[in-house]
Formats: sequence, structure tokens, C-alpha cells
Amino acid sequence: MGELDVTQLWSPIRLTIELAFITTALLLVVGTPIAWWLARSKARWKEAVATIVAMPLVLPPTVLGFYLLLLLGPNGPGGWIAGLYGARTLAFTFGGLVIGSVIYSMPFVVQPIRNAFEAFGDRPLEVAATLRASPWDAFWSVAVPLARPGFLTGAILGFAHTIGEFGVILMIGGNIPGQTKVLSVAIYDFVETQHWTEAHILAGGMVVFSFAVILATMMLGRRYGQQGR
Amino acid sequence: MTGASAEISTAFAGTLGNFSLDVAFTMPMRGITALFGPSGCGKTTILRCMAGLQKLSGHFIVGGEVWQDSAKGLFVRTHQRPLGYVFQEASLFQHLSVRQNLLYGAKRAGKAPASDALDFDAIVELLGIGHLLERSPVALSGGERQRISVGRALLSRPRILLMDEPLSALDRMTKEEILPYFERLHESLALPIVYVSHDIGEVARLADTMVLLAKGRVIASGPLLQLQTDPNLPLVAAPDAAVMIEGRVAHLDDEFLLTHFAVRGGTLVVPGRQGEPGAERRLRIAASDVSFTLTAARDTTILNCLPARIVSIDWAGNEAQVNVIAALGADGSGACIAARITRKSRAALSLAPGMPVFAQIKSVALIR
Repeated sequence: MGELDVTQLWSPIRLTIELAFITTALLLVVGTPIAWWLARSKARWKEAVATIVAMPLVLPPTVLGFYLLLLLGPNGPGGWIAGLYGARTLAFTFGGLVIGSVIYSMPFVVQPIRNAFEAFGDRPLEVAATLRASPWDAFWSVAVPLARPGFLTGAILGFAHTIGEFGVILMIGGNIPGQTKVLSVAIYDFVETQHWTEAHILAGGMVVFSFAVILATMMLGRRYGQQGR
Repeated sequence: MTGASAEISTAFAGTLGNFSLDVAFTMPMRGITALFGPSGCGKTTILRCMAGLQKLSGHFIVGGEVWQDSAKGLFVRTHQRPLGYVFQEASLFQHLSVRQNLLYGAKRAGKAPASDALDFDAIVELLGIGHLLERSPVALSGGERQRISVGRALLSRPRILLMDEPLSALDRMTKEEILPYFERLHESLALPIVYVSHDIGEVARLADTMVLLAKGRVIASGPLLQLQTDPNLPLVAAPDAAVMIEGRVAHLDDEFLLTHFAVRGGTLVVPGRQGEPGAERRLRIAASDVSFTLTAARDTTILNCLPARIVSIDWAGNEAQVNVIAALGADGSGACIAARITRKSRAALSLAPGMPVFAQIKSVALIR
């Protein structure tokens, strides 16, 4: 056990927050149209799509990580993409982590947004149409504002879940400081090497963070619940 | 087809689940047309098809503007149809203030013509919602919400206003509070209104034209004042049958505080001062308030005792009561009224079509 090295602590925190922000932003961009389609489509096979989106909820992270490793690796499509800019693989890179996180946290974002879109039904959109709003216009001026609680919950859960992920990252990211060594991996590492102080600081921080996130989500839910109809 | 036709032509046919709809009718480009019938007769479906919210094959042409013509594969999408739609529940946007709700359609309707009777201040004034503008719709009463939704629809500068049972979600008191606003709409706007209702009271009060529906078919359509006394239609036989008569204030009796209304074929007297001479009002006479005598009765407390001629009498089987239609005026050229009398009285007086009688009208209600 040596001196407490602040950079050793700070690097994984910064990396984790960066990853969570980028992942959440991407999830909102990708997840919103999926949630919209799941909420509004009358296609019979839409529940199959919903199931695929929800799979990460039940799959062991190692299973997901294993397939992602194949996809991102030199022989998968990820390797082909990496080849475009002269790299060999997307696995064990920050970009690979982002792709993995987006897939892994997808259900946490899509589900609340889908629920919010379903909650207000067809009526507000019909009203908007009779008031000359095109479907695109109505989506932004009516559907998104009405679904705001769902977006907030989805963003918070997606962000928090990304921060807490471990198994997938271990499988596809490894443990490269400043690149793929995020919080959860760092804590594991500190414990393995018996750096208890560092492990305490990070683990305790995570406990406080998780508490704050869950509390915030519940309070948001209550606030919107009371506003009601 | 750009000439301003004075008609709205409607035809829709199709099946929804096990319900089949097949209707075709025309409506005038002015006044209120009521789509009237029992629940499940398809009136709301027709209205939704007019708005393009639902698609059945057929056509819908508003004053020469073709919004749907399935034969030509033409279907204008809802947001491209200049219409206003008032839903059964007000359906205000919860995330916007009352003012923002009102302006939602106005902003999207494009530039207002210079001669605009439907400007913001006029509509707010007409509907009495000025004090609510900065509020959230969440905290408003049902009646206030529905008035705002009417205002929101009007401000989108529609060529036609479609109203789907706008009062049915409201209680009796609120209905009474809101109906006068609807009457003002009718008086001050030259906008055709299609009004869906299963409440004959509302229809009697508001409608000029009526489309009578049952089980997805049109039974009859035409001016309300004609249909209400058509012995072939179920309206006359309804338990609360009544007729509406257009009247004009002819004279005010200041001594006894009575208003004399000139109607086609006679004069009707109503208690109280009911408007200035010349004012046009709508009167309602319930069939159960009308009785007949063969000679003019002098010793009666009933004020309205008018010469009339029997037009038709009909009853089903051995029922106790018969439905009589009579036309006011000694020569029977005036407005028609309906009466419900016992079969026994009919036999006692040997009433028959064409007979001159005196109609005693116990009470006349002012409904508009």
C-alpha cells in the first residue's frame, strides 16, 4: 500500500462520467424513435422487437459481453469499421465501450419513454392534427412535452445504469487506464491489489451517488404523478 | 370544382368490426346541422371521417372543396383540412397555458385575412374566457375547459366546425351555463357547424338542420322544423316529443307583462318581457301540453287558443294515446305542432285529418 494517488482515482471517475454522458445522449437519440414506434405501431411483431430491446435486463452481462466481443473484434463488423480509420478492432477501446453501453442500457431508457408515449393515448395527437399540426410538428410540440417525465426518468436511469456496469465492460473493455478503466473496474482492481483506501473512497462514492439518483427519480415520479391529468 | 357551392356533401360507407355504416346526405353551408341518433348509430364515426381522423370510402366536399373522394383516390390528411374539431372531452394540452392552447391552431393556420371576424379578442370575449388566459387547463372546471376547446378550434380559422357531443361529459348545470355561448356562436358566425348529439333538447335548441341516424343509416335529413312534425319519423312518437316554432316579438303587453309572438298561422303569448319587438326567438311546445276543442273556448285559463287544422292522426294498435299533427291557422297554412291526446278523446270528438279545430296550448317555452 503506497501513497494515495489522486490521479489514479480521478481518471476512472472522469472516464466513467464521460462514458455515461455520451451513452445517455446516444440513447435518447436512438431510443426515442424506438420507443415511439413501440408505443404507436400496430405491427403484430412489435412485441418481438420490444423483447430484443429488453433482453439485457435478463441476460448475464458476460453473455452480452461475449457476443459484443465477437461483434466488435477484428473479425466482426466492429473490426471492419475500425479498419476504416486504420485500427484493428473496436474491442478494448472507448468507442467499443460506448456501443456496448448503449445496447446494455437501452431498456432502461426505452421503457419509460414508451410508457410515457402510451400514457397519453391518441387523443392529444388527434387534437393537434385538427389544429393543423403535421405529424412531425405534433411530435415535437405535443408528444415530447407530454412525455417529459418519461424522458427524465429514462435519462436518469440510463445514466446511472451506465455508471454501474461492470460485466460487459470487463468483457469488451478490459482494463486500460484512461481508456477503458471505468469506476467499477477500478474498484475491482483496487480490491484485488489490496488498495483498501482507494476502494473505500470509490465504493462509498458510488453508494452515495446511487442513493441520490434513486431518490431523485422517485421524487420526480411523485411530482409528475401529483400534477396528474 | 372551385366555385363556392352552398352545400356540404357527405357520403361514407364501410364496416368497422361488426358495425356497418352507409350514409349519404347534404347539409347547408350555414347554420347548425345536428347529427342525431341513439348511441352506437355511427354519428361520431361520421364526424371522425369528416375530419379525416378515420378513413372509410366515400366523399366529403365542403362548399366545393374536395377533402375526400375515394373514387378519385383523393384524401386530404387531417392537418391539411381547414376544420375545427371539438371533442367530447375538452382535450386541452396539459403542458400549455390556456392562452397557448388557444393560439396552438391559430399559429399554424397561416395569416389571417384582414376582414377576420374570428380574431383572438373577439373569440375570448364571445366565450367569456378572458380571465382564464394565463391559467393552466388542469385546474379549470369542465365547462370552462370545453369553452376553451371551442375557442381553440375557432381560432384555427376553420371553414367548418365539427362538434362531437361537446356537452355530454358535463353536468346539467354546466350545460345550461355553456349553451348560451353556443347560441351566440350560431348568431355571430357565418360558419357551418356539424353538431353530434343524442340529446333532443340540445338539438331542438341549437339545430337548424337535422340528420336523423339509426344503426349506421340515415333515416331522414332536412330542416329541423320539418322533420319534427313528420308523422313517419320516430320524433313525433318519442315520449318527450315537442316542436320548435320560430317566432318574432310582435307586441309587449305592459299591463299583464306578456309577450306576443307572431308565428306562422297565429300569435302565441308567453309570460314576461321576452325581448324587444322584432326580436327573433325559438319557441318550444311539448306535445303533452296541446289539447283540442271543436269550438273556441271562452271560459278557460289557457291563453293560447288558436284555430288550427288537423293534418294527421296516428297510433299504433290499441295504445291509450295517439299522436296528432295540426297546422296552425283557420286554413291550416301555418306552422305545424304536435299533440298527444287519448284515443278516447279522439273518438269522442271524431277527430280526423282536415278537420278545423282549436288548439289549446298550455305552455310555451322560450328556448333560444
